[in-house]
Amino acid sequence: MRTQALLSRYAESTVWLARYMERIENLARILDVTESFTRTSLVENGWRSVIQINADEERYYSTRTEADVRGVTEFYVLDRDNPNSIASIIDVARENARTLRPLISTEMWTHINVFHNWVRRLNSNDIRSSQLSALCARLKQECQTHYGITEGTFYRDQGWYFYSIGKFLERGDQTTRLVDIKYHTLLPREAGVGSQVDISQWSAVLRSAAAYHAYRRVMPSSLSPASVAGFLLLNNAFPRSLVLTLRQVYWAVGQLRTDYGLRRGGAALERMDELRAALTDQTIEQIILRGLHEFLDWVQVQLRLIQNDIADAFWTIEPPLHASEFGTQTLGTMTQSLGTMTQSLGTMRQTMETAGPASSRQSQN
Amino acid sequence: MPRFFCEIMNTLGPLDPTVQMIHDRLQSFDVDELRRRATSAEAELYNLGITFTVYSDRDAIDRILPFDLIPRILTAGEWELVERGVVQRVTAINKFLWDIYHDQKILRDGIIPRDLVLGNVNFRPEMMGLDVPLGVYVHVNGTDIVRDEAGRFLVLEDNARTPSGVSYVIENRHMMLRVLPDLLSGIGIRPVEEYGLRLKQAMIEIAPAGVSDPQVVLLSPGIYNSAYFEHVFLAREMGVPLVEGRDLVVENARVFMRTIAGLRPVHSIYRRLNDDFLDPDVFRPESQLGVRGLVDAWRRGNVAIANAVGTGVADDKAIYAYMPRIIRYYLDEEPILNNVDTRICREPDGLKYTLDNLEKLVVKPVGESGGYGLIIGPHATRAELDEFRIKLKADPANYISQPVINLSTAPTLCEGGVEARHVDLRPFAVTGASTWVLPGGLSRVALKKGSLVVNSSQGGGSKDTWVLS
Repeated sequence: MRTQALLSRYAESTVWLARYMERIENLARILDVTESFTRTSLVENGWRSVIQINADEERYYSTRTEADVRGVTEFYVLDRDNPNSIASIIDVARENARTLRPLISTEMWTHINVFHNWVRRLNSNDIRSSQLSALCARLKQECQTHYGITEGTFYRDQGWYFYSIGKFLERGDQTTRLVDIKYHTLLPREAGVGSQVDISQWSAVLRSAAAYHAYRRVMPSSLSPASVAGFLLLNNAFPRSLVLTLRQVYWAVGQLRTDYGLRRGGAALERMDELRAALTDQTIEQIILRGLHEFLDWVQVQLRLIQNDIADAFWTIEPPLHASEFGTQTLGTMTQSLGTMTQSLGTMRQTMETAGPASSRQSQN
Repeated sequence: MPRFFCEIMNTLGPLDPTVQMIHDRLQSFDVDELRRRATSAEAELYNLGITFTVYSDRDAIDRILPFDLIPRILTAGEWELVERGVVQRVTAINKFLWDIYHDQKILRDGIIPRDLVLGNVNFRPEMMGLDVPLGVYVHVNGTDIVRDEAGRFLVLEDNARTPSGVSYVIENRHMMLRVLPDLLSGIGIRPVEEYGLRLKQAMIEIAPAGVSDPQVVLLSPGIYNSAYFEHVFLAREMGVPLVEGRDLVVENARVFMRTIAGLRPVHSIYRRLNDDFLDPDVFRPESQLGVRGLVDAWRRGNVAIANAVGTGVADDKAIYAYMPRIIRYYLDEEPILNNVDTRICREPDGLKYTLDNLEKLVVKPVGESGGYGLIIGPHATRAELDEFRIKLKADPANYISQPVINLSTAPTLCEGGVEARHVDLRPFAVTGASTWVLPGGLSRVALKKGSLVVNSSQGGGSKDTWVLS
């Protein structure tokens, strides 16, 4: 049976569908843990850290003055003017899914469609403090249902690997954000380390990454900020750790090259090799000593570049035609088409940085 | 004679025993039960996203096409007639299109006035002399058919460009199997599942010669198009990529699609874009939806396009009036399915009849801007009729007239219970090397009491159409 080469646009949309679903789950996790955090302790700025994690300070404070539970949950759950809210993300996730209808299973589509309809009906009552935990639980559950349906029904061809790439790139990125912001929020003063408040908060961080029990199995007797950060970044077996998510992305790109004979994607692999080396060649203590925040910043840049490498390889740059199909092409037409491509590359990059392909409606006018 | 023909109980012969059985079964459901099932069907359509898009300022709103769960039934005999009539009509349309884009014999022989064809906005001079594969222009055709008081099938309109709705035919059947299995069980109904395969086969048959394994694609304007659901549906049923203009590129007069493995050749395109948007080099230069150079690649025989460019001239109201003559001219046969009795006012007899019977007729302008200037005689005042007579005499060539058709009705679940509502029928014909008609077609139903408007944008719904085997 001939394998049809996947349409580039489908590959791109698949990556983004996966990223958006993962992003919703992570947002729900962060809101959930922040809610329990601020309820059980007197930590200041608990809600502000959510805004920091997502680098949304500017947008948030342009319309609001206070980072309180009401404002932040409204901003991240319901606010459709905020492209990083769950309401906005599910919109673009569904648009990507609509684009992918010919590729994804009916079950995947139906679930996203129903999930989307549910999110659209959420209102300010649903984000009251007393409801928030239940709401987050439902959001997480819907995302996990999506992964389960996808795992069970998505045909395992090229699209599947792009889905994996998107899912794990986003997951790795979210883990670095969580560690980055929590490490610095929770480690303000020497005196706080090891105190009771500190420990409960670090447990909460672990829980927000669904890592508490896994961590306890590995580290039954200690709970230090460094070891939590180390676990979330470097553990080889924890599904949300940076190292493991990178391994999955690496594997997926490799599969595309070996199973489908795609020669592109080498740049992404090389960059991942470097990043993995940087992660495995040093301990968490060394990383912290040299500056955890700076390191995580660098990691996030690398992850973005990996995404760009993959985009360049599979959808933004036109690979040369096979000579057999295209022996008589003139230089003139080649240059012309390259011009158009560069132009579209510019627009795509732009949308990619912020939200992904389905967020741009301009092509449909 | 009853005022309307009932699709279940008024038959032209003795009542078919299967129809009787279905009728009896339907009687055994109480209205509440039917409502419960209808509610679950509509929820499912919504969850599945089987929707069409209604555009508004900021958000596109998805609506389902209301689904009435009481089927519309055609006996084997009725269907046989419709099917033969549709095949005949499609055959004649294809011969007509070939002729007007080649020798124009029908114009020279004076069967159709020259200006009606050559001055038609849907006539594409770019098509002159182009030999389309197998002589087929209209690969997918939808024929809008109604029944009058006497139960006669009459053609109301030909849709020879990009007819929509076939996805609902198939999804309605799936829905029926899920929500009313007890109504269907043991009844022989012709299946509708083959459509995607037949369409794919036709697309392969028209592909350029010498390509052993042609790459077929479906070209869509994209996710914001109101018929996007149908595009997805057909791409899935055919097992082909659903592409947009930006996915395709023409180099060296050959069409390629952008894939993760680079450019891959495309041989056969089922397009759901109007002519105007297909290729900015040939048609609207500002169109972003099409593919630059596509028509050139097509003209050179490097790619097949269905439906062909320029088919709109055949489904025009002006040409419609001549369709019985077109059938006689090319096929030397009498039309199996007649038009609604249509008078052509540019002809003296037609004009006289129209003027004499204006209060009983619908008079439609044939010009491009249909809709404006239409008069419905029975609903018009004396003053309006008088005024219209003057317009008609001033420019008779711009008008055709038809009697008001009392569309047949079918029992339909309404607010007040099961009531009669008007229906029409759109069978779909797929033509490659030969013509195949999907058994049944889209039955649209006017959900408003007394309304003759079955259009989805104006409160119409649809029914599953059963062709008994």
